[in-house]
Amino acid sequence: MKVGVVVFPGSNCDMDCVHAVRDELGHEAQTIWHDETSLPAGLDFVILPGGFSYGDYLRCGAIAKFARLMPAIVDFANAGGYVIGICNGFQILTESGLLPGALLRNKDQKFICKDIDLKVINSSTAFTRSYKKGQIITVPIAHGEGRYHIDQIGLKKLEDNDQIAFTYSGNNPNGSLHSIAGVFNEKKNVLGLMPHPERCNFRSRDSLRILDII
Amino acid sequence: MYKVNIHVLLKDDVLDPQGKTVNNALHHMGYSTVGDVRIGKFIQIASNETDEAKLNEDIKEMCQKMLTNPVIEKFDFSIEKVAS
Repeated sequence: MKVGVVVFPGSNCDMDCVHAVRDELGHEAQTIWHDETSLPAGLDFVILPGGFSYGDYLRCGAIAKFARLMPAIVDFANAGGYVIGICNGFQILTESGLLPGALLRNKDQKFICKDIDLKVINSSTAFTRSYKKGQIITVPIAHGEGRYHIDQIGLKKLEDNDQIAFTYSGNNPNGSLHSIAGVFNEKKNVLGLMPHPERCNFRSRDSLRILDII
Repeated sequence: MYKVNIHVLLKDDVLDPQGKTVNNALHHMGYSTVGDVRIGKFIQIASNETDEAKLNEDIKEMCQKMLTNPVIEKFDFSIEKVAS
């Protein structure tokens, strides 16, 4: 599998992602600078990593959606290419309209950095195929703005189309609506999630398989 | 020359923990009559546009496309003529 990890000014999990897919999972991985106008040929999978793109100015992900590379990523996703947005990457995907909803300041106003339990809600996608529905996996979170929000009509659509990927199991750390931690687009080739599967290289390696899509 | 003042607030049905924290603090200070507190953003834009109607349309578009996220935020703005 050929993987591209997008680097924005302020991304800080890009090399963790490269390490996870290349050194841990054995795929070909390269970084792509945000100012490029096209994706490298033959790419199977694009990762938007965590961090603080453009310093989180205005809103998290609000400036990144206008990066020169973004139209190519939107085209890639619309053509069925696999895209994952992790943490700030998730915020960028909602801002750019590739995923529904938005991410708001955590309910308790704190930046939360710890391991949490995630429940797999939909296991019939490329990202979640190695899990069972209802399985609990442990993944670290590290965010200040991860409270998932969507209106009632949008929530109903997510539920009807099986677009909820993961929910927080037990304690809801950030006050997300319905404890939602990750969502798919309608076609299930785009996933956004607040937890960091790439940080599970050394312990609780469960979630590394989210990145092992082919 | 114009000056545009834009106010951005979370929509009414979106929880604002920052506003809630400030509300609690104001109550602790003894301002017991303080009700709901909402915290938003204030954006000021200077513009060389000469056509006010065009500027009005442009600002609306800027708000919808970039300055706010319509999923969670609402906005209003006023346009003021200033000496150049």
